[in-house]
Amino acid sequence: MKRLMTSLLLVLGLAAPVLAVSPAEMLSDPALEQRARDISSGLRCLVCQNQSIDDSDADLARDLRILVRERLVEGDSNAEVEQYLVDRYGEYVLLNPRLSMHTVLLWIAAPVLLLIGLATLWWAARRRKPSADRLGLSDTEKSVLEDLRRQDGKS
Amino acid sequence: MTIEIGHFSLILASALALVSAFGGLVLWRRGERLAAILAQSALLQFLLVGIAFAALVQAFVVSDFSLALAANNSHSLKPLIYKISGVWGNHEGSLVLWILILVLFGALVAAFGRRLPDDLFNLVQGTQSLLVAAFGAFTLFTSNPFERLTQPPLEGADLNPVLQDIGLAIHPPLLYAGYVGFSICFSFAIAALVSGRIDQAWARWVRPWTMLSWIFLTLGIAMGSYWAYYELGWGGWWFWDPVENASFMPWLAGTALLHSALVMEKRNALKIWTIFLSIITFSLSLLGTFLVRSGVLTSVHTFASDPTRGLVILTMLAVLIGGAFLLFAMRASALRQGGLFAPISREGALILNNLFLATAIGAILVGTLYPLLLDALVGTSISVGAPFFDLTFGALMAPLLLVLPFGPLLPWKRADLVAAGQRLMGAAALAVFLTILISALGGISISLAPVGLLLGFWVLFGSFAEIIERARIGRIPARESVRRLMGLPRSIWATALGHMGLGLTVLGIVSVTAWETELVTTLNPGESAELAGYEITFEDFAQVPGPNYMADTGIFAVTAPGGQVAHLHAERRSYVASGMPTTEAAIETYGLSQLYLQLGEPLADTHVLRVWHKPYILLIWIGTLVMSGAGVLSLTDRRLRFGAPKQARRHSIEAAE
Repeated sequence: MKRLMTSLLLVLGLAAPVLAVSPAEMLSDPALEQRARDISSGLRCLVCQNQSIDDSDADLARDLRILVRERLVEGDSNAEVEQYLVDRYGEYVLLNPRLSMHTVLLWIAAPVLLLIGLATLWWAARRRKPSADRLGLSDTEKSVLEDLRRQDGKS
Repeated sequence: MTIEIGHFSLILASALALVSAFGGLVLWRRGERLAAILAQSALLQFLLVGIAFAALVQAFVVSDFSLALAANNSHSLKPLIYKISGVWGNHEGSLVLWILILVLFGALVAAFGRRLPDDLFNLVQGTQSLLVAAFGAFTLFTSNPFERLTQPPLEGADLNPVLQDIGLAIHPPLLYAGYVGFSICFSFAIAALVSGRIDQAWARWVRPWTMLSWIFLTLGIAMGSYWAYYELGWGGWWFWDPVENASFMPWLAGTALLHSALVMEKRNALKIWTIFLSIITFSLSLLGTFLVRSGVLTSVHTFASDPTRGLVILTMLAVLIGGAFLLFAMRASALRQGGLFAPISREGALILNNLFLATAIGAILVGTLYPLLLDALVGTSISVGAPFFDLTFGALMAPLLLVLPFGPLLPWKRADLVAAGQRLMGAAALAVFLTILISALGGISISLAPVGLLLGFWVLFGSFAEIIERARIGRIPARESVRRLMGLPRSIWATALGHMGLGLTVLGIVSVTAWETELVTTLNPGESAELAGYEITFEDFAQVPGPNYMADTGIFAVTAPGGQVAHLHAERRSYVASGMPTTEAAIETYGLSQLYLQLGEPLADTHVLRVWHKPYILLIWIGTLVMSGAGVLSLTDRRLRFGAPKQARRHSIEAAE
C-alpha cells in the first residue's frame, strides 16, 4: 500500500512543480523520514550548482528525494540507498566523497600538510638552535677519529 | 559619446599603467623624481578608470541599450539602485570594478605613502601598475565592456532576479576591495624582494594595508553570507561553494599574514614566511578570480565555450604568480633570520596560528581543485561538498581555537605556559559552566555540540584575559582599574575584540547547527501551525504587482512565546522579463534568534509553508562585525598609523608600560 502511495505521489509530483522537500513527499514514519533527510542532504542535485537534493527545488532533485524514500520504504539501509544512486549516477552524486584509490590524496591532504608543517617547524627550530651542547665531539666522531689515528700509526 | 569616452579612458589608463610599470620596476633607483611622477600617474590612473566606470554606470542608469552590456544585463523598469549595481553583476563590468579598486589602492599609497623610502615606493607603484596594465589589457582585449550594438533593442534582457537585491550593491564592492586590496601586500612583497630591503620597518608599512583589505574582505564575505541566507530561500548561510572558497582562502591567508607580520614587526623574525604569505594571499585572490571568471568551476564545460578568457587569465596567473615565486626563490635565501625565541612564546603561538591557518588553506584548496584535476587527469567525476569541508576545516580549527586564548598572554621570546594557564582559569571555568548549563537546558542534539560551545565560550572569555590582567581588575581599586583600562593601547583592545568576535561567530555557528528546528507543512489561509513555541497563522494570500515582477504574497501572523504578535510577508516573485521565479523569505528577529518563513509553490488547493527557527544565528554575523570593528580600532592605533614617524612608536611603548 505504501509503495502504491509513493508511486502515486511520484506521478502527481511530476505533474505539479514543487520546491525543496514538500509535505506531500514526506513519509509518515518520522524515523524513516529523518533517515531520508539525512541521506538527501549528502546527495548532490546533479543539475544544480553545489546544492544537495534536500535544498534544491529542481525537478530532478524532487525525483531523487522520492526515489530515496521509495528505497527506504522497501527496507534498504542508508548505505544501500546511497549505493543504489551511485550505481545509476556515479560517485558524482555523493557530496562527501568516499575513501577509495582515487580520493585517497584528497582525504590525506590535510593531515599530510599539517605533518609537513610540523616537520618544517621542528627542522627550523633545530637548525636555529645554536650548537652550544655540540661544541665537543660526539661519540661517533670520537671513534672515527680514533680509527683514523690508529690507521695513521700503522702506516 | 560618454561610452566612447569611458572606453578611451580605460585604454589610456592601461597604457599609462604600462609606462608606470616599466618606470617603477626598471628605473626604481632613480629616487625622488621618479617617485613624484609615479605618484601622479597612480592618481591619474584612478581618475581615468573612475571615468570609465562612471561611463558604464551612466549607460545603465539611463538604460542606453546601444551598449551591449546594458542590453544584456539591464531593464528600464528596474529600480535605480539595481540599475547601478547591475554594472558589476556581470563578467565585463565586474572586471572594470576590479581594476577600479586596483587603481584606488595604488592612488591611496600615492596619497598616504609618501613617507616610504623612494626605492620601495617606486617598486610598489611599479608592481601595482603592472597589475593594472595586465588586467586592463585583459578587459579590453577579451571582455570589452564598452561594445556597442548596431541595432539596439528597445528593452534590456534584465539582470538575473536573484541578483536584484541590495546585496549586489554592497557585497561585490566590499569583497573586491578586500581581495584586490591584497594586491598592495603583493606589490610590497615584490618591492622588498627586488630592493632587498626586508626589515621591521617593512612589516610596519605593510600591516595597515593588510588590515584595511582584511576588514573589507571580512565584511564582504559576511555580507555575502547573509545575502545568501535571506535570498536563496532555504536559510543556509555557508555552502562551501567553490566560489565561496575562492574568497575564503584569501581571507584565511590574510588573517595569517596579519599575525605573521606582527612577529616580523616586533621581533624581526618570520621574514621569509611573511613575504611568502603576502605573495600567496594575493595569488589566492587571483586564483579565485580565475576560477570564478573563467567559468571553470560551475561547470567544466563553460571553459570550452569561451576558451580565450580562461586561457588568458590562466597565462596571466602563471606569469604573475610564477614570476613572483621565482623572484622569491632567488632572493629569499639571502634573507637573514632575526630574533631567536623559545617554542613556548608569543612568537611560537603566532607560528602555531599560521600553521593551522596555512593547513586549512591547503585543505580547502585541495578540496576545491581536486574534482577538477581528477576529472581532467583521470576522467572520473566526484563531488567534494559541504560534509567534506565541515569535517576537514572543523578538525583543523578546533586546535587553533583551543590554543588561541594563550597567544596574547604569552610574552615575546620566552614564556611560561603554566602562568598563562593560571590566568585563563576563570575563562575556562566559566566556559565549562555555561556549556554544561546550556547542554542540560537545550538538550544535546548532535554529539559535537558541547565541544563547539566549549571552544566558543573559551575563545570569547579567554580573549579578555589580557585586558583583565593589564587593568588588574579585582586586585586594585575599581577606579584605578578603569584608569588603566582607558590607558591601554588600542591594539590591545583590538586583539581582544577581534578574538571575541571570532568566539561569537563560533557560538552562532554551533548554536544554529545543533539547535535549529524546521517545519514543513501545508497551510491554507486561516489555519495555524506551531514551531519552537511560535504560533504561525496564515492570515491572507494576495497577488501584488511589483515594479518589474508579480508577487504571490502570503501574510502571516506570528505569535512569539512571550505573546507579542508580528505580521510577516513572504513572497514568491515572478519576473516580467525573464519569467524566473524567486522566493523572498520573511524573516523575523527575536533577540539574536530568527524565525525564517518561506512560502512554497501553491498546490492545487493549499500552500506549502517552510518555517525554520534559527537560535542565535545573528551571532555569526555580529561576530564578523566585531572582528571588522577590531580591525578599524587597530588601524587607529598610533603605532600603526600610515607611515607614522618614529616618535609615535615611543609613545605607544610608554603607554604600554
